[in-house]
Amino acid sequence: MKIPRALWVAGMAVTLLLAGCSKKQETAEETSAVPSEQPAGGTPVDPATAGEITGKVTFNGPKPKLAVLHMDQDPVCVQKHSSPVYAEDGEVNGNGTVPNAFVYVKEGADKYTFPAPTEAVTLDQNGCLYKPHVLGIMVGQTLHIISSDPTTHNIHPLPKNNPEWNQSQAPGAPPIDKKFARPEVMIPVKCNQHPWMRAYIGVVKNPLYAVTGEDGTFTIKGVPPGDYTVEAWTATWGTQDQKVAVSPKGTATADFTFKPGAGT
Amino acid sequence: MALAIALVIAVITVISVYVFWAHVWWLPVDVSTHGASIDHQFMMTLIMTGIVFVLAQLGLAYFVWKYRDRGDRRPAKYSHGNNALEITWTTAAFIVFVGLNLLGYRSWASMRFTPAAADALRVEVWGEQFQFYFRYPGPDGQFGPTHVNLMNDATGNALGLDRDNDPASKDDIVTATLAIPVNREVELILHSKDVGHSFYVRELRVHQDLVPGMAIPIHFTASEDALNYNGGRYEIVCTQLCGLGHYKMRAFLQVMTQEDFDKWLKQQAEEQQ
Repeated sequence: MKIPRALWVAGMAVTLLLAGCSKKQETAEETSAVPSEQPAGGTPVDPATAGEITGKVTFNGPKPKLAVLHMDQDPVCVQKHSSPVYAEDGEVNGNGTVPNAFVYVKEGADKYTFPAPTEAVTLDQNGCLYKPHVLGIMVGQTLHIISSDPTTHNIHPLPKNNPEWNQSQAPGAPPIDKKFARPEVMIPVKCNQHPWMRAYIGVVKNPLYAVTGEDGTFTIKGVPPGDYTVEAWTATWGTQDQKVAVSPKGTATADFTFKPGAGT
Repeated sequence: MALAIALVIAVITVISVYVFWAHVWWLPVDVSTHGASIDHQFMMTLIMTGIVFVLAQLGLAYFVWKYRDRGDRRPAKYSHGNNALEITWTTAAFIVFVGLNLLGYRSWASMRFTPAAADALRVEVWGEQFQFYFRYPGPDGQFGPTHVNLMNDATGNALGLDRDNDPASKDDIVTATLAIPVNREVELILHSKDVGHSFYVRELRVHQDLVPGMAIPIHFTASEDALNYNGGRYEIVCTQLCGLGHYKMRAFLQVMTQEDFDKWLKQQAEEQQ
């Protein structure tokens, strides 16, 4: 029996359409099926017994000389600064402490449940620098990326354990919201428009982390009693681990001292 | 209809000639000592190709009109053409193109194949996605080695210098603006860290690709005029499509007196040592 041509064409069109739809469904399922390492169940943290981990990160050696960041290619970046801008990696405070060290509970907290906070962590692009330079975020928590610069940026994280992406953000463009599905310490973030821009994101399974500031100290609050391995990460001198024991409502101390040459 | 098409061709020809004749979009001012020979070559090429363009276009318009459909349904005739004429103008075109190349070669080679003067200022140009860096050798006149594992823009060490361990690198000065003294020959040595880029300063008539894995030298001198336009500041643009941010890959060239240049270089050195 000969099939009329119009019927044959219509049949093919319907077949192709269905094939296209089913492919789309597969893609959507693939995207949503990115495995999250967020624990489904576990022991909830009892705030009444939670303690804290505190300490200081110091550098034992001659204070490194920081190089000037050359922003001349984009006059917008130059105009945002009235004095030379220096690299942030390798920075040591006046008192010998280290800013921008990421300190987090690396081991020992897996049995507890830490739901991802609903509030986002903000990463700003200001003066053609990422602010903050180092930040922590929980798996599944929203990273809210904004720009305060009247120039186009291109945010480009370079993860090893999460999908890589890069996205441009023109002046006045809406914020970009992203999440990371797997823990990873640290994810460097560059800007494809301004090669000197760098941020580091620590993606962790719990909220037990802190970033040192101008005094080089940190405090990690809400730590359930127990034994933990705490790691301090620096962009220049690598990482150091320490074991600490937190008693109920107690404060454990973990000081870290980095030396020149380590981690490079 | 044939007359309308012929007229359209003629009008396009006239407008095209006018655009060049009236300098509607023209070359920017020349501030180099070699630029006159480049501009001369450009004008010669433009005039010769312009004459051929006008003759070809008007000939086309004439034939469109001459061999129009006259409505008398006469059969078309095949014409093989004239072999002698074909050979003549093919040979003439060959001579013109080879001749233009030979003439232009002199200007081109004088910046590339002849060595720069002994007292020329040597500067390295480094391209990367999407930024130019410039390196001055410092008082020792030597460029230190670059180390790929140390290259990191975020630490301000885009060229991977090991200032602590390489004595030649210790006094190297890396900048993102290219400053040069007026009336002194400058030799640029062009490098690329990643993909192909191009270094182009229109007013200097300097245009050269940066090729990964190669060190390409080119030399020129900024003339006295260079100080008189735009405060001596000129745009350096990448003209080789090098990626997503290519459109923003640029830097600035600042021409200064030798005295100002010495001060500027000293200030840069102090910031970096």
